Amino acid sequence: MRELLTGNAAAAWGARLAEVDYVPAYAITPQTEIIETLAQWIARGDMAARLVTLDSEHSMLTAAGAAAATGARVFTASSSQGLLYGLEMLYTVAGWRVPFVLVNVSRALAAPITLEPDHNDVLAARDTGFLQIHTETCQEVVDSVLMAYRLAEHPDVHLPVLVNLDGFYLSFTREPVELPAVEAVREFLPLYSPAHARFSASHAMAQGVAVFGGSAYAFFKYQMQLAAEAALGAHDAVAGDFCDAFGRCYGAVEAYRLDDAERVIVMCGSFSTVGKAEVARLRAHGERIGLLRLRLIRPFPHQEIAWLLTGRRSVAVIDQNISIGKGGILFAEVASALAGAAPPLLSFVTGLGGRRFRPGEFDLIAAALHQAEQEGGSAEPHLLFTNSEYHQLREMMRIAHGNGSGDQAPARRNRTSGR
Amino acid sequence: MQTRREIYKSIKEIPREEYLAAGTGLCSGCCGLLALRLFHKALGPQTIFINAAGCLTLLAVFPFSPFRSSWLYTAMGSAPAGAQGVRDALDMLIAKGRLAKSEDLKVVVVTGDGAAHGIGLQATLAAIHRGLDFYYLCYDNEAFANTGFQTSPASPFGSRSGTTPATAATPAGHTRRKQDLFELWRAARPAYVGTVSPAHPLDFLDKVARASRLPGPKLFVSLAPCPAGWGIEPAESVAVAKLAVDTGVWPLKEARNGTVVHTMVPRQFRPVGEYLQRQARYAHLFAPTPQEQILRRLQADVDRYWKRCDAASVTRVV
Repeated sequence: MRELLTGNAAAAWGARLAEVDYVPAYAITPQTEIIETLAQWIARGDMAARLVTLDSEHSMLTAAGAAAATGARVFTASSSQGLLYGLEMLYTVAGWRVPFVLVNVSRALAAPITLEPDHNDVLAARDTGFLQIHTETCQEVVDSVLMAYRLAEHPDVHLPVLVNLDGFYLSFTREPVELPAVEAVREFLPLYSPAHARFSASHAMAQGVAVFGGSAYAFFKYQMQLAAEAALGAHDAVAGDFCDAFGRCYGAVEAYRLDDAERVIVMCGSFSTVGKAEVARLRAHGERIGLLRLRLIRPFPHQEIAWLLTGRRSVAVIDQNISIGKGGILFAEVASALAGAAPPLLSFVTGLGGRRFRPGEFDLIAAALHQAEQEGGSAEPHLLFTNSEYHQLREMMRIAHGNGSGDQAPARRNRTSGR
Repeated sequence: MQTRREIYKSIKEIPREEYLAAGTGLCSGCCGLLALRLFHKALGPQTIFINAAGCLTLLAVFPFSPFRSSWLYTAMGSAPAGAQGVRDALDMLIAKGRLAKSEDLKVVVVTGDGAAHGIGLQATLAAIHRGLDFYYLCYDNEAFANTGFQTSPASPFGSRSGTTPATAATPAGHTRRKQDLFELWRAARPAYVGTVSPAHPLDFLDKVARASRLPGPKLFVSLAPCPAGWGIEPAESVAVAKLAVDTGVWPLKEARNGTVVHTMVPRQFRPVGEYLQRQARYAHLFAPTPQEQILRRLQADVDRYWKRCDAASVTRVV
């Protein structure tokens, strides 16, 4: 079915085709059309879901996370000030490891207050644990929402996903959109039935509990980092399945006329359409230039970006955001992805939740730098965590569960003292 | 005087089942914990507690939980929204046949007075306005106790706290009257709102049991003497809770669909001073010199409350 849809309507169609159970909502420009559309469909009986309007985005995101923690498939949407009003809960619900999809319709932040888009709102959610997919077209919006559910619910991931579209330029622009049949979507995206997080009378769980001490805190944050890293591979698999099922193929990044490009422009979102047109125009004048569109911003596809940008004569990153006192946020991120080129750069993570340095860790950092000077660096973080901390946590879990396998926090990958 | 009890008529009828294991990290003598224990007995095991930041957040600390039932810690401001999400998800999963009706849970918000009176009040009023079918237990220790005892809107006039010290320049300590959470909630027209006390378990359990027959929002605020913050011996906290009722400081009442009824009225009120004198947070009112004016005002406030009560609300006697 081919329809002329706004970006907002495309987002609503994504939720409808995903057959979500629950939509907690709160109105804000330019997102409101999404929840109005869903409200109408639900009221007419076109969708078997419940829509509830909350008192704030903070409450809305709490309700979304809590419903997902109970076992429902949840969709919600926000913009700008609303996303920031709920920022506390973005961190919180991501830490619950519950999958749901949040559409953000980008709009710049006050002050001065305005309605038009930039990416400071969505990039404020950059460190929360939500994965982020940035879309360019209305077609990509509906497709990304469907892929986002598969990605969020993937057993190696279990993180919520934020799908971003630019306010006005995409939210209110009508484009022809191919809508897949619901039967085909059901095959691509089966019913959500979680094993890891759910509440019922015969399945008591404590979720979102407190931890004491930096080691336990760091352990769970590292689990999230590892899950987000696993989401890179999961995304490839999900996008591959989507490509097979519907004939539209998406990567973590999109390379536009990059093959022989000497110079590359890096950007994301709907403005990339403009960038591509400019690249085509410059090419007509003999400039060997290409464009790299960042689609998956969390997890950040370091390796793919490094692969595509290394060896070019020059790279320009166009940021639709500003970190006051620093500059473009994505510039820094892309630069970090090129840490493997030259000079060598390395990243280490420690100190989360007050976790202390352990003996030998600075020696390890120094040794890694020497090694990087010979073999090249990498932008992926080294997560500092020792065997003894790890075994201590496993032992606590063993005692709590009365057996060796805590289902709350399986360690997928243990890194002792860096990578 | 007391109203007719409908479900729990004798102390022997209080369920012996314990749904909350002993040995938690909470302070000894914590009446918030006792209130939760009683509340849980009345609700039974098919329960999920949605918690906001406060003392009771320290009940479930990785990797242990003292509950046989479920628990979800949300944030300080939005526990009622968490209850909304869980209730809606359970409803939808049951409606769609993905969860058996027998798997349903009672959804219960548990917060302290700091969250209930301020940062969480918006989310609470919104949940009441939506008619959410849930329970809310506020354990009212009359301060932000978990952070070391600072004044909250529930702190009473004349008490001292970390942010309202009693000094020569501020002889009363806290100078605002306690915010009336019962009336704030009642104005939003919930199905049920009641005050309870851990010193009166029959009144407590009977209220919860009667309220549970009603669909919609059911809210309870329990006075929760706090040994560490109030400056009382842990062994005395229930006795202090009883004195709060006997002096008329903590009226036990309820409102079903808006109409207020007092459920336990002392035949003779004891002087408020007896209640105050037991607590170090009021010590500055008695020594080095008694602050008679403040003490008179505290007694007068209680007297005025009972004088202004609708006569019909205090005359239902067994």
